[in-house]
Amino acid sequence: MALALAACGGKKDADKTDRITVPKDPFPSTYAAYPNDPVFISNATVIDGEGALIEKGSLLIVDGKISAIGKDLEAPADAKKIDASGRWVTPGIIDNHSHLGAYPSPGVSSLSDGNEISAPVTAEVWVEHSVWPQDPGFSRALAGGITSLQILPGSANLFGGRGVVLKNVPSRTVQGMKFPGAPYTLKMACGENPKRVYGYGGGRYPGGAPYSRMGNVAGYRAAWIQATDYKRKWDKYEKEGGEAPTRDLELDTLKGVLDGDILVHMHCYRADEMAQVMDISKEFGYKVTAFHHAVEAYKIADKLAEYGACSSMWADWWGFKMEAYDGIKENIPLVHKAGACAIVHSDSEVGIQRLNQEAAKAWADGKKIGINIPEEEAWQWLSLNPAKSLGIDTKTGSLVPGKMADVVIWSGNPFSVYSKADQVYIDGALMYDRSDAAHRPVSDFELGQPGEGDLK
Amino acid sequence: MSARHIAGLIAVVASLALPVVAEPVAIVGGKVWTGTRQGTVPSGVIVIDKGRVVSVDKAGSPVPLDATVIDAGGKWVTPGIISAFSRIGIVEVDAEKPTDDTSAGESDFSVALDAADGFNPDATAIAVTRIEGVTRVVVAPEASSNLFAGQGFVADTSGSVDTEIDRKAFLLVSLGEEGASLAGGSRPAAWAQLRASLDDAKSYPARYLASNEGTALDRVDAGALVPAARGQQLILIEANKASDLNAIMDFAEANEDLDIAIVGADEGWRVAPRLAKAGIPVIVDSYSNLPASFERLGATGENAARLRAAGVTVAIAAISDGTHNARLAMQIAGNAVANGLPHEDAMEALTTAPAAIFGLQGLGVIGPGSRADIVVWDGDPLEVTSNPDVVMIDGVVQSMVTRQSELRDRYLKLDKRDLPLAYVKP
Repeated sequence: MALALAACGGKKDADKTDRITVPKDPFPSTYAAYPNDPVFISNATVIDGEGALIEKGSLLIVDGKISAIGKDLEAPADAKKIDASGRWVTPGIIDNHSHLGAYPSPGVSSLSDGNEISAPVTAEVWVEHSVWPQDPGFSRALAGGITSLQILPGSANLFGGRGVVLKNVPSRTVQGMKFPGAPYTLKMACGENPKRVYGYGGGRYPGGAPYSRMGNVAGYRAAWIQATDYKRKWDKYEKEGGEAPTRDLELDTLKGVLDGDILVHMHCYRADEMAQVMDISKEFGYKVTAFHHAVEAYKIADKLAEYGACSSMWADWWGFKMEAYDGIKENIPLVHKAGACAIVHSDSEVGIQRLNQEAAKAWADGKKIGINIPEEEAWQWLSLNPAKSLGIDTKTGSLVPGKMADVVIWSGNPFSVYSKADQVYIDGALMYDRSDAAHRPVSDFELGQPGEGDLK
Repeated sequence: MSARHIAGLIAVVASLALPVVAEPVAIVGGKVWTGTRQGTVPSGVIVIDKGRVVSVDKAGSPVPLDATVIDAGGKWVTPGIISAFSRIGIVEVDAEKPTDDTSAGESDFSVALDAADGFNPDATAIAVTRIEGVTRVVVAPEASSNLFAGQGFVADTSGSVDTEIDRKAFLLVSLGEEGASLAGGSRPAAWAQLRASLDDAKSYPARYLASNEGTALDRVDAGALVPAARGQQLILIEANKASDLNAIMDFAEANEDLDIAIVGADEGWRVAPRLAKAGIPVIVDSYSNLPASFERLGATGENAARLRAAGVTVAIAAISDGTHNARLAMQIAGNAVANGLPHEDAMEALTTAPAAIFGLQGLGVIGPGSRADIVVWDGDPLEVTSNPDVVMIDGVVQSMVTRQSELRDRYLKLDKRDLPLAYVKP
């Protein structure tokens, strides 16, 4: 409504206010920062997330925001003072590829809600409707310094549905975790999975399209043609009125991409397929924000840099299927070196607990072949670059005054296997403290079970 | 000094197309973690000849004149890492069944399935794992037709067509949820199958004189179970839940002659004193800290530390991905240290403990007479930023080239060139 009002004026206003619109946020975030006192952290080695490192640095958090960062800051009288001598402070880690809540622990069939494999195009599903907030995995990720994360639907489909960006705070509802103001995302997938699941699916070969990679591409293009048509009808209706087009949940999402409101995150391993997907996006006038897994990104790092897509990568996963066969340990540093946007992601309830270590491995493997990247620059793989890929980089992802105080205090250099997240702040509120059980969440599922409240 | 010096260590090793022949070698100047009573020698001299360690001494000790010298100054030197539980060499690409010899759900046999028959020394994961410092791999089949997965083996990671294989090193049995499902649907079914099978093996061959069928096993599988049933072969049992571990210990007490170890043991910390008393060693994956299933509700990253504190022999392995990322065992052990396990115990969990569990003589240690599986590291082996510079198996320095390093080197520079990248052959 607001959009229609803003776009036009005068006599037609009356007609336009009556027009049907597609609600953009029917499941609004109810998250608000938890109560927080000013915090002053001093004597820390601070990685600011923008590429700088401050020795003996200080960080001031006020009203849930980064208030000041630097070397010789004065502690306000009312601030809680933390002497972080020997410890490191970084922006919270953002994992842009997780299935927590949708494929939760325990991994029983009743809770397996991560992929609507009923058809190759299911852009109509929203993964937030599958997220179980009681997944104990969220608390493990928190202990690993994860402050925000993107939950994605699975990769069986060409179009898997909408992803959702969450703050990693325990909540009774998924709305209570939703990152306020984060754009929606769309999960798409290349390669082996769609053809395996549909063409060869469920032991009923021949299943249905797609059977092949060319079938995949035809499937994407056919859907975009429909979406283009749908968007034209809505654009015409918004401009000229008349009969409202029939709403279509699937096409709402695809139209959102064509309108530039929804970001495309595409599961794609092979270099040649990523190159083709970039062409498809040009054909239909959208942009792939990030390729996920991108195991062969190193083969086309120059093209990815030129196009401007991020690559969300593992440090060292490879070989479990053909499209992962050419994985190398230096993928991340090689993509970074080419000037492209590199991201360390997990796609795993195990890996999400130590993305700092995954970045450290990639950093060291780059160094071993002469790619010397300062640690403070490499930290962008963990916070700022994933924030960019989720459209939340103006709000979080680095320790810049005014941004959300999503902060981790590490027991030592987070590029060491021996360092642990001591404290994790989300919007300035202490949500995790390794040494204080009162600040370690326990999910409903784990209450009354063996190991309840244990250090994990 | 007439000894030939290798100064540019990395360059030399990287340029080796093939492993050199075993000849006298001295590794000089490294911080040597021996795994023996000698402890850690801050700056050691290791003399190696004919594939064996001759001596481990302090810096300044004499080096044979004809020895090739490897300068390990400022580096760590350890025994070759033993992957205590993996599928290396029996699968190339997990999702491509023709390349995967780990399981055989359609087979008529189970106990008799010998994983070594599927070993492929050319499997790309072997070199990929070797260059991370792993010199020996324990390789297990996967249970698929019943709770008996079959015979596991131990191999070196040379990738040689003549790779030494210790066949039938152990029998793998799956209990817990997996075994229950495979045995017909419940834990009682699994235990009934296990007990009946053992009885078949103990009555072999008498029970099979008139028929090929026993109570639970046919002639072939019963015969294959005989060594384990007589306590002459290690039975490695997959289980995680505390009650399953207790059931295994009850079984062990009732069958004292059996040689049993446990892999998984996520809730092992809850029954740690009893495991210690029973002398049953465990192989754990310290990443497991989620209630991934109802048999892992108590899983914690502190499992290894608590088991060790109780006196249990603990080996650490990448159980959840033992094929392509068995190489992560060092990182997993490092995480166990971050969760309370002493560094010394974590090193043992990768070397002496698996050697003890699988009876690997002369491996997992650096001492006079031990086999010269030795790794020179550029830092603490458990640290994620460390990598090996030299990997030696039986005294032979190994190639650090892998299919992955060749791919990497082909794509190091993407500049426009006169011929496509397919003509770049690193």
